[in-house]
Amino acid sequence: MKLTEHDAKMLDGTYGEGVALAMQVLVAVGKAFDAEQMCDITRAHVALSNQDADIWFAERLVAGGAVCRVPPTVNPGFCLEFFRHVPGLSPEDLATMERTEAAYKALGAQLSYNCTPYLQGNVPRFGEVTAYSESSATPYMNSVYGARTNRESAQSALCAAVTGRVPVYGLLLEENRKGQVLVHVEPTLTDEFDYHLLGYAVPRKTAIQTAFIPVFTGIPAQVSPEALMNLGAELNTGGNVPMYHIVGVTPEAPTLEAAFQGDPPGDPVVITDKDLAEQREMLTAESGQIEFALLGCPHLSLDQLKAIAERIGGRHFKVEFWVQTSFYAKQLAERMGIAAEIERAGGHLVPDTCIDQVAWKHLFGKKGVTDSLKGAYYSKRRGMDFVLRSVGDCVEAAIKGEA
Amino acid sequence: MSSREMTVIACRGAAPGKASGPAVVSSDAICFYLVDPPSGTVIEPGHDIEGRSIAGAVLVCPGGKGSSVVQADGLYQLAKAGTSPAAIVVQEFDTVLVATAVIMGVPLVRCDPSEFGRIRDGDTLEVDADQESVTIR
Repeated sequence: MKLTEHDAKMLDGTYGEGVALAMQVLVAVGKAFDAEQMCDITRAHVALSNQDADIWFAERLVAGGAVCRVPPTVNPGFCLEFFRHVPGLSPEDLATMERTEAAYKALGAQLSYNCTPYLQGNVPRFGEVTAYSESSATPYMNSVYGARTNRESAQSALCAAVTGRVPVYGLLLEENRKGQVLVHVEPTLTDEFDYHLLGYAVPRKTAIQTAFIPVFTGIPAQVSPEALMNLGAELNTGGNVPMYHIVGVTPEAPTLEAAFQGDPPGDPVVITDKDLAEQREMLTAESGQIEFALLGCPHLSLDQLKAIAERIGGRHFKVEFWVQTSFYAKQLAERMGIAAEIERAGGHLVPDTCIDQVAWKHLFGKKGVTDSLKGAYYSKRRGMDFVLRSVGDCVEAAIKGEA
Repeated sequence: MSSREMTVIACRGAAPGKASGPAVVSSDAICFYLVDPPSGTVIEPGHDIEGRSIAGAVLVCPGGKGSSVVQADGLYQLAKAGTSPAAIVVQEFDTVLVATAVIMGVPLVRCDPSEFGRIRDGDTLEVDADQESVTIR
């Protein structure tokens, strides 16, 4: 791989050990994928996780004097301000998040703590070269905006943010963005929840274990941002899909031919109503009494918060009702009276927080309801059991105490 | 163990370094989050090396799998417990696995699938990611 003089200086430690470490990682990735050169990025998003390896690596960069040349937005850990007042968290739990925050602050990251930066805060234009980690973010960038990013690891995205550079390979190159598998969606999908099911079902039905680019037909042109957010998150929980095309909807797929870049599309894999129903059955807990509802994996949007407030319709929750959302959406929800209605019913809007965090300790080992297959899958190891329902049905379940 | 003569396979290096150990060969991709740190034992249900330890071994498998976050934390926990594999040999690289191996200092190489079959479980392997070779003893 050819390095510019500036790349070489970053690698040899001229700009400090932190920058050199970041460059070493990027050079290794470039070499692994036969990249010929590196190029600038204009945006980055880091899947901060508040896990041990995340803190360890971020602190190593800080100790080496690194500061991000391209300040990245970051994923949620948990909201210190909010959870300081929720019983159950130990001083050690709080101290971990304080360390994470201190490290990312020193690196100059935008402390957005939000997993849907592509909806607000870090939105690209067509063709921009970026470095995004986070399973719902990578496909949204590539597919919906036509921006370019590989499926970065949390650490490789942080290295890109520090250096402002990425090796040129994979989805940064036009020829690697062509569709590979035609997927026809037979049922007319109406609820955003259907896209959670669809995203998880596609890798299972295609039986492809490695990374692939599906080309969808049968998805309506007016598909909502929230539906596509859910689709991307689940495609990368059930499988490995850094990009997809929707014929007639996404910018690199005006036609079927364009999506496949002229290759023959082959026979479609057909997704039926039965596939979606089976997908829910495979992952849901049994219907029955629940102790809580926990929504927002990925973070719910302002529109989704509004729909919840309307659905409540003046009633009260019987069980704990938690909604994870972005700081931005929460502020607007407060201004618009949406937050007041959810709180009046006994619910909580929680910013900056991920379902896969120790902050939810008081719910570990309990049964709840959620709309997210991804959330249910990753919180299994914490002993949380979830009945899977649409957002609207989660509201009903929390009002009845039964899903 | 093996009476075969020494065989050298060319490979592509990603994470630098040199290490040796007994080969643990798997036909399933690895997710380090589903390896038990105290023992280095694979605990993923249904994985073809479920119940076997990869601590100190040269892990030979098709590639990595798992989210942008869990793979790094998984290998980190193994390294902290001293149960990390000595080196990793795969058929296909992915960004997450490469970045993880580099950061944790575990040599990682890729061999052609056609060469892969020459490695038998239990062989002693020397992986040299810098010279881009895997030596079977």
